Amino acid sequence: MKQLLLGNEAVARGLYEGGLRVVSSYPGTPSTEITEALSAYPEIYSEWAPNEKVACEVALGAAIGGARSFCAMKHVGANVAADPLFSSSYVGVNGGFVIAVADDQGMHSSQDEQDSRHYAVAAKLPMLEPADSQECLDYAKAALSLSERFDTSVMLRLCTRVSHSQSPVELGRREEVPLREYQKDPRKYVMMPGNAKGRHVVVEERMKALAQYAEDCPFNRVEMKDTAVGVITAGICYQYVTEAMPQASVLKLGMVNPLPTKLIQEFAATVDTLYVVEELDGVIEQHCRAIGVQVIGKERFSLLGEFSQRTIAQAVGLPLPESVAYPETVPVRPPVLCPGCPHRGLFFVLHKLGVMVSGDIGCYTLGAAPPLSAMDTTLCMGASISGLHGFNKARGEESAKRSVAVIGDSTFMHSGITGLVDMVYNRGTSTVIIVDNSTTGMTGHQNNPANGLDIHGAPAPAVSLEELCRAVGVRRVRVVDPGDLKATEAAVREELDAPETSVIIARRPCALLKSVKAKPALAIDPQKCIGCKSCLRIGCPAISMKDGKAVIDDTLCVGCGLCESLCPKGAIGSKEVQ
Amino acid sequence: MMDQVTSVMIVGVGGQGSLLASRLLGHVLLEAGYDVKVSEVHGMSQRGGSVVTYVRYGKKVASPVIEQGEADVIVSFELCEAARWLPYLRKGGKLIASSQRIDPMPVITGAASYPEAIPQTFQTLGVDATVVDALALAEQAGSAKAANVVLMGVLSQHLEFPLEAWQEAIRQLVKPAFVEMNQQALLLGRAAQ
Repeated sequence: MKQLLLGNEAVARGLYEGGLRVVSSYPGTPSTEITEALSAYPEIYSEWAPNEKVACEVALGAAIGGARSFCAMKHVGANVAADPLFSSSYVGVNGGFVIAVADDQGMHSSQDEQDSRHYAVAAKLPMLEPADSQECLDYAKAALSLSERFDTSVMLRLCTRVSHSQSPVELGRREEVPLREYQKDPRKYVMMPGNAKGRHVVVEERMKALAQYAEDCPFNRVEMKDTAVGVITAGICYQYVTEAMPQASVLKLGMVNPLPTKLIQEFAATVDTLYVVEELDGVIEQHCRAIGVQVIGKERFSLLGEFSQRTIAQAVGLPLPESVAYPETVPVRPPVLCPGCPHRGLFFVLHKLGVMVSGDIGCYTLGAAPPLSAMDTTLCMGASISGLHGFNKARGEESAKRSVAVIGDSTFMHSGITGLVDMVYNRGTSTVIIVDNSTTGMTGHQNNPANGLDIHGAPAPAVSLEELCRAVGVRRVRVVDPGDLKATEAAVREELDAPETSVIIARRPCALLKSVKAKPALAIDPQKCIGCKSCLRIGCPAISMKDGKAVIDDTLCVGCGLCESLCPKGAIGSKEVQ
Repeated sequence: MMDQVTSVMIVGVGGQGSLLASRLLGHVLLEAGYDVKVSEVHGMSQRGGSVVTYVRYGKKVASPVIEQGEADVIVSFELCEAARWLPYLRKGGKLIASSQRIDPMPVITGAASYPEAIPQTFQTLGVDATVVDALALAEQAGSAKAANVVLMGVLSQHLEFPLEAWQEAIRQLVKPAFVEMNQQALLLGRAAQ
């Protein structure tokens, strides 16, 4: 019986069937569900690590220790893990090691678009790219064996549309793979120059062997149809091509690094017109040109965003289906902080104070949107603190009295702590606000080192954010409830004035956590409401105006009471009272 | 079994429960022996943004996404989302919308206005649209949260699968305590005009 699985769930299933023993990851959309699904198998040791570099090192350590192991991350996570990723190519493995990197073409939940194939090329690692959930299972399983066969870590490239699409999958049984023996071998595992020089030779020889393997490996296949048009493609684009150009002959590449030479040249010789269809960068296209194969690529297909059957049909001049447009402008619906979100109170205060906000990556990045509009910069995980330190070193101590960094608890553990060390060590006087909602919210509520729960939801040692900040030398550390607007404003004002590094922990659990019970929805008394719109300033999606009065949508409201504290007429309260 | 691929879009506002709706539909389709692809987006847009799930089925499905002019049916959990995604409906396709209105943030802040008379506009455009008060029917079944299943009930009128297939999907996918309520919601949706 087939099962409908997400690409990510199918990757997990494939690894399970392939005898995986250890997984360590940091959550990141669209990769998160792989590790979540793996954590459900009792045969596999699973953990959330504080960041992708740590996770990759843990998993590689397990592989050197003889276990089949795995690590998943999103494309920008690969930037964080790049250091061990590159060295992993030199040391190779013992037990098989697979690294999945999920790209986010179209930036559904990311700060940039990156083509992770460049990492496979640069780190000299083989990379497989599945096109649906069945291939996710098959490739993940095969990648473990491939890793051991060529003594190398293997990258698995995913993307939002493969990771987050469900399609039918045939399940198999788990192969029990015993732990391999570990033997001390410094020339292989100690990467100091003398040894690394020898290992670089191994890396280059391995790449030659892999290039040979790519010519007739089971991951690459030709589907010959009409010879007038041929397409070379990989991953999700294969599906779009099949849909848009059902008559075209296709060379589907399942192994995207190293790329085959003879296979491509031979396929090119059989067709009249040859396209290369790939999202983001022209990696296959450049290879084709380098081996003397003329193709139509990025001059016709965009470097930006996701493709679809429509974009491909458009690019090759095929007719498009008719459609009906709605005659009026439909207002955009950007994502917003949820009703009851603990971040809302803090951003309301920061907006009111008009300070410069150095932001970070998480749900709270939504504080940048109107009407809160309380964020000036967002770069990457952890940059709120280090970026603010640089900003204020450039602009002086007065600037430090008018600016804050805002970072989540999970992001602080990921890479905020090093920025804070830098700030204290170099006598910064800035104010850092850790928004501690006791979870990793944006990626779907994963536990983290500061919330006292492990990947299975079992009690775990919790890093105390207060103690951690004090330990690195911050003397002014305080905790506030961001639901208390007065106390929050007072705390921010005081710490801005303090001539040294200070940390405010704005602590209140995420309203979506199961442990947080929603209170009854509030209501607005239309007799008392004067339509002043004070309550609209917090940007709560549950409050809107109707016939000149504010109204609360009781299907959305969770009764947090933030609006209640802003109403000058006391018109907002529980329904029973009214 | 039909050779051609059928495309169903489920659209709404992040947090409205489209995930269970698409899982129910996926279950019905897989049980019927179809190749199925269900594509959804997780992460930031789920925080109250405009969300869309693509469901495609047939003998063999390639692309997991539905493009402009390709959807055979669009099921919208919110009224102006139905207007937003209308260009994705194929000529002669079926539009099912809940009459529920959730103001987007630009409307709340006053930067934009909510379109008036959306059902009438659908009529003027000649769109085959069914607009139902899914929220009221869900409350009648026991909880406003069952609006998603009410809408699957409405959808079930327009697909070829028997009622039992939908009821079985609910039994398989819904927590036992909520099965009865959701069965009721399904029936109310299936009877809605």
